[in-house]
Amino acid sequence: MYPDEFDYYNADGVDDALDLLDEHSEAGTTELLAGGHSLLPAMKTGLSSPDVLIDISDIETMQGISADGDGLSIGAMTRYSDLVDSEEVAEHAPALAAAAGQVGDVQVRNRGTIGGNLAHADPAADLPGAALASDATLVVHGPDGEREIPADEFFFGMYTTDVGPDELLTRIEIPSADGAHGAYAKKPSPSSGYAMVGVAALLDTDDDGITAARIGANGVMDHGVRLSPVEDALTDGSLDGDTIEAAANRAGDDLDVDMMMSDLQASNEFRAQLLEVYTERALTAAIEDGSSSVAAD
Amino acid sequence: MTEHDIELSVNGTTHELTVESRTLLVHALRDELGYTGTNVGCESSTCGACTVHLDGDAVKSCTLLAVQADGAEIGTVEGLAEDGSYAPIQEGFQKEHGLQCGYCTPGMMLAADDLLERNPDPDEDEIREAIEGNLCRCTGYQNIVNAVEFAANEMGETASPEMTAADGGGDD
Repeated sequence: MYPDEFDYYNADGVDDALDLLDEHSEAGTTELLAGGHSLLPAMKTGLSSPDVLIDISDIETMQGISADGDGLSIGAMTRYSDLVDSEEVAEHAPALAAAAGQVGDVQVRNRGTIGGNLAHADPAADLPGAALASDATLVVHGPDGEREIPADEFFFGMYTTDVGPDELLTRIEIPSADGAHGAYAKKPSPSSGYAMVGVAALLDTDDDGITAARIGANGVMDHGVRLSPVEDALTDGSLDGDTIEAAANRAGDDLDVDMMMSDLQASNEFRAQLLEVYTERALTAAIEDGSSSVAAD
Repeated sequence: MTEHDIELSVNGTTHELTVESRTLLVHALRDELGYTGTNVGCESSTCGACTVHLDGDAVKSCTLLAVQADGAEIGTVEGLAEDGSYAPIQEGFQKEHGLQCGYCTPGMMLAADDLLERNPDPDEDEIREAIEGNLCRCTGYQNIVNAVEFAANEMGETASPEMTAADGGGDD
């Protein structure tokens, strides 16, 4: 099964990629190729037929994970498997580490990238919730230079983000959550493995209980969302099951059930129920085991 | 439509070939180079029948452009046996009846081999996670898990006694 014909260019740097984008903007549709595990299947089935493919996966300045005292800088072309294997990510961004470990399967994680995942903005992808919970900043390069987009403002809708057609997501900055408890709980689609519902949780705690909480969900709405009512209910709460259950029951408070995703596998009403259950599981997993991840079905 | 001259090292043999932009790695391997051991299954990166090693990592070769693999070392099922003898993973599939129709087997063995490279002494959960991306419609997976365990034991036994003792009996 071959994709339609296209021209392929391998960008050897960010500027080269931006030049190629500019050069081919008139020629027809142009797509950026990262790990290719969303784009190539779409091209093979004819859902996507770009005229030009610009491969950005080899750009050196967009690879790898670096940590300083304040946080992580992750190149957009860093593969899931590198996130999963990284001690720095486990330490400083435990919710992201947990979510990355639940993307696809081993082979997919060996190819797919964090930047491809976030820029593609599949509503059912596993990383948007974790990016929101981790308070990530997404760094984008364009003709006018670099700009930073907070994760809270990055996702617009299904497959739509704040990244412009002449721009490129180059890296993801994450403030250190060293010492916080993080987890990701996911209800995978039985066929595709994508998240019907996925909840990423990051909790700061002290001896008295929870001091701060950031909770992000994917698979529920047409883009990743923060679950602010849950965060509010947890903050200054104690670390017991009642607090967690009460907080999780508020997972859908800010969300319009009529606007939730609905498909053959789960109606919007069912997703609303799953959201509460998986919020509770994510919170419980975060508290019980610093960076554990849960894939229950 | 652009064409590209690429170089692939397959099981240690270097090949130079010209591919269209849209040629997938699995088709370059099978149709251009004759490595037909790698199967094409679902075509949608779900079933894992096309799994090969790309610079040592298990990947699905139906979801990778051949041009993206330019300069890479590719490992296929044809490269598992050495000097006419089965590799431990192949022996495991034979001894433990890890296959029936055999269609998933090359990809399954490459995925398992990738696991054993990373983790020489996996438990059952780790084996099942490693082959999560490979579908088998015949065996129900149990015999495949047994085959991987067989290979792990085989490889552990052939490791030198000093090494086994030094690294704590093969545990990570």
